[in-house]
Amino acid sequence: MTITPDILATHRLTPDEYGQIVRILGREPNYTELGIFSVMWSEHCSYKSSRVHLRKLPTHSPRVLQGPGENAGILDIGGGWAIAYKIESHNHPSFIEPFQGAATGVGGILRDIFTMGARPIAVMDAIRFGPLDDAECGARNKRILAGVVSGISHYGNCFGVPTVGGETAFEPSYNGNPLVNVFALGIFRHDEVFYGRATGLGNSVIYVGAKTGRDGIHGASMASAEFTEESKQKRPNVQVGDPFMEKLLLEACLEAMRTGAIVGIQDMGAAGLTCSSCEMGSRAGTGISLNLDLVPQRERGMTPYEMMLSESQERMLLVADKGREEEVYAVFRKWGLDAVQVGEVTGDGILRVWHKGAVVAEIPNRELADEAPLYNRPYTTPYKPFPTTAPEFRSTDLTGDLARLMTASDICSKHWIWEQYDYTVRTNTVAGPGLDAAIVRIKETDTSVAMSLDGNGRYCLLDPREGAKLMVAECCRNLAVVGAQPIGATNNLNFGNPERPEIMAQLVEAIEGMAEACRHFETPITGGNVSLYNETLGEAIFPTPVLGIVGLMKTAAPPSLTFREAGREVILIGGLGTTTEAGFGGTQYAKAVLGKLWGTPPALDMEYEKRVQEAAREVVVSGLAESAHDVSKGGLAVALAECSLGGVGVDARLETDLRPEHALFHEGPSRVIVSTTEPGNVLNICERLRVEAVRLGVTMDGRLRIGAWIDTAIPPLRDAWRDALEKQLAD
Amino acid sequence: MRFGVVVFPGSNCDHDAWYAVSRNLGHQASFLWHQESSVGNTDAVIVPGGFSYGDYLRCGAIAKFSPILGAIRRHAESGGLVIGICNGFQILVESGLLPGALLRNRGLRFVCKPVELVPATLNSPFTGALRAGERLKMPVAHGEGCYYADDETLARLESEDRVAFRYVDNPNGSLNDIAGILNEGRNVLGMMPHPERATEPLMGSAAGLGIFQSMVDAFAGAAR
Repeated sequence: MTITPDILATHRLTPDEYGQIVRILGREPNYTELGIFSVMWSEHCSYKSSRVHLRKLPTHSPRVLQGPGENAGILDIGGGWAIAYKIESHNHPSFIEPFQGAATGVGGILRDIFTMGARPIAVMDAIRFGPLDDAECGARNKRILAGVVSGISHYGNCFGVPTVGGETAFEPSYNGNPLVNVFALGIFRHDEVFYGRATGLGNSVIYVGAKTGRDGIHGASMASAEFTEESKQKRPNVQVGDPFMEKLLLEACLEAMRTGAIVGIQDMGAAGLTCSSCEMGSRAGTGISLNLDLVPQRERGMTPYEMMLSESQERMLLVADKGREEEVYAVFRKWGLDAVQVGEVTGDGILRVWHKGAVVAEIPNRELADEAPLYNRPYTTPYKPFPTTAPEFRSTDLTGDLARLMTASDICSKHWIWEQYDYTVRTNTVAGPGLDAAIVRIKETDTSVAMSLDGNGRYCLLDPREGAKLMVAECCRNLAVVGAQPIGATNNLNFGNPERPEIMAQLVEAIEGMAEACRHFETPITGGNVSLYNETLGEAIFPTPVLGIVGLMKTAAPPSLTFREAGREVILIGGLGTTTEAGFGGTQYAKAVLGKLWGTPPALDMEYEKRVQEAAREVVVSGLAESAHDVSKGGLAVALAECSLGGVGVDARLETDLRPEHALFHEGPSRVIVSTTEPGNVLNICERLRVEAVRLGVTMDGRLRIGAWIDTAIPPLRDAWRDALEKQLAD
Repeated sequence: MRFGVVVFPGSNCDHDAWYAVSRNLGHQASFLWHQESSVGNTDAVIVPGGFSYGDYLRCGAIAKFSPILGAIRRHAESGGLVIGICNGFQILVESGLLPGALLRNRGLRFVCKPVELVPATLNSPFTGALRAGERLKMPVAHGEGCYYADDETLARLESEDRVAFRYVDNPNGSLNDIAGILNEGRNVLGMMPHPERATEPLMGSAAGLGIFQSMVDAFAGAAR
């Protein structure tokens, strides 16, 4: 078969890239080889547009045992224990087929964790949709949300990993391009770590798990293109997940690893058999010989091209010591799974694929896996489709504004979503969904892991660099309010088409902002995922980096988010903060009350933010806080309302020169609300750390009052907040 | 007392149950693989939650054919204690050890949240250590937990005092707010809520311990 420009175009390879393939092979590729290159060199697998900038991210600290480049990052958590964690997106499949798209997103990230030898103990998800009341797309957005939630629930619940938290946001820019980012975390001991490396000449390459079918072919390439009208035809590109099979695979893999016969293992995710074999070979500097006739197949008559590119789920490739294969097979037999030798490790560095007695592909592993083209794509200044100055506005009903914000889609309770997730299985969940950070204890130690996911597309659209910094700060603050110390991060970069210079500029600035902030907060990024081409019919999503931060704490119940008793002092650690007219334009008030977006994100002083976090953490760890909650979306008034949802409110006074809308609803960072019986000790800590602390007032039963501006009974506010999402879905 | 925790392919609360009775209750516990045909020296069997055999066909429908189920049946027939939790309850119902059926939740969605139960009888080896009217807080986490039985069966369960627990605020549409039931011999309990997830304050509640403690007390009483 001759390779025509049409064939290249359908494989999304450029003529230059094709030239590079010919140079590597020293000849024209055949069709199978072209397919193999096309998936490995897709944006999704090769990060070819982002890699030059990803290098700017901090990746080291004394705790980092494994940085980017493996299936997941690994951090030392002391006592001989370690955590593996990573976030990954499944945006494109979730638009085409929400249930399976989201479900296999969970499945993929779980395999990334246990392929390293770690047992997954927590999942979180960051999901974004178009507005549920969108005039044109509302009905579809509801279907997508329900499908995605149900897919995550189906997969995680059956697998038996708790989904302990996450975040949900709505913007019209996600109408044709929902975001599904799934974070997973697992634990193991240092000596239980496995890598995806095909070492040892003559060792056996073993295929385990589900059979290979025709599903998901070119999934990685699909995730590297914009959506057009034709995308609706791409449903067969979406894989189908089987969480039961994955659960068996987990138990069998962890048990097989304990035999000592396994030298390397990698899951078959994006680009399936191709990616797992060439990456394992490349990392070890070896070659791999594969015989496709031995691959367990679900369908008859599959071509080498189809088998190499299939993204059938719940499959792993492992390398076992020659002569010890039977030990591995025995474990898989016990769990009722296929395990067959499909090849061996060779010394020539070549991925050599056999089919019906003939060699059908012959490609050097290293060039295929690591020498994908690198693009330093041109970038200008970030795309900014909004006014820079504020519109005129004046509120006539501030209590009414608060009520409106509490039912706004980004702020209202998401219990409709997370009650569909089993968040208590494994009995480690110390703090579950709906709180600032989730906490999972490690039973074998006195340590718990706290984690938080955050993203803010609005801030990042206004200023990708500052928005990314604010995101890092917020994530770390979420950990501080439960008393945890952040130690590492993973990022998911969701952007539009990088071939557009103003979109590329968003990506570059967000990465640089994130790099600066992660250095400042000492949270190295040990891996993550880049999802580009999130555009539909030329409309890009808001630039949406999502960060997952993990931290450590001594196992203990954290303070509650809500006030617990009347008569307690309420202190705002960090002070009232301030804003400008322009800096108010990215707030939830601007969005939900005014229906506008303008200006800049709030200003962040990272030095001050860090001191505020230290103060909050010290107050919490010393047991001084009966409740603690950070100020974020919706500003101080919304944060105080959230603290009041348990029925105990506060009578607060604000001494400020700001106009009331700004004072109540500005989203300036570096603020944490605590209630305490020991205000003097809280103030002492703040003073020592040179952090402003404002005594807001005293808690009281049943009402929330803020100066002369807001006065409301709590039960109706709480009921409206609790039922808003379900109401919107039912409308 | 020796607890045996059954492990089916797809069980995912097996370790939680083991941890609850061994670490938090302080008794012996071991695992029983689904292909075993005897419960060995186990005094009480726990059929844990999860998705046995992927819950293909119907929750618990395949598990009832496993070798260990025969062993559990014999254990129960000879008066041994059996507690089925969540998927375990579904399996006991499918295998006929308990009457009725567990249907899709009334809301048609999986539901995970803390609920409150009250013991509906103290006359059982699973509730003997509880107090009348005591509210027990523990999580539910299931998609198919709506207890259903025909009128006659329901009337029998009630008249024979075989409803073990009722929900205070019914999360799934179960008839008569039933959260757990006993067999005729009162030595087999099935319940949808998860007592093993409520066995220490850090989990948000330790109320589930009372159920396992009741079993220990009953076993010690019977042995005396």
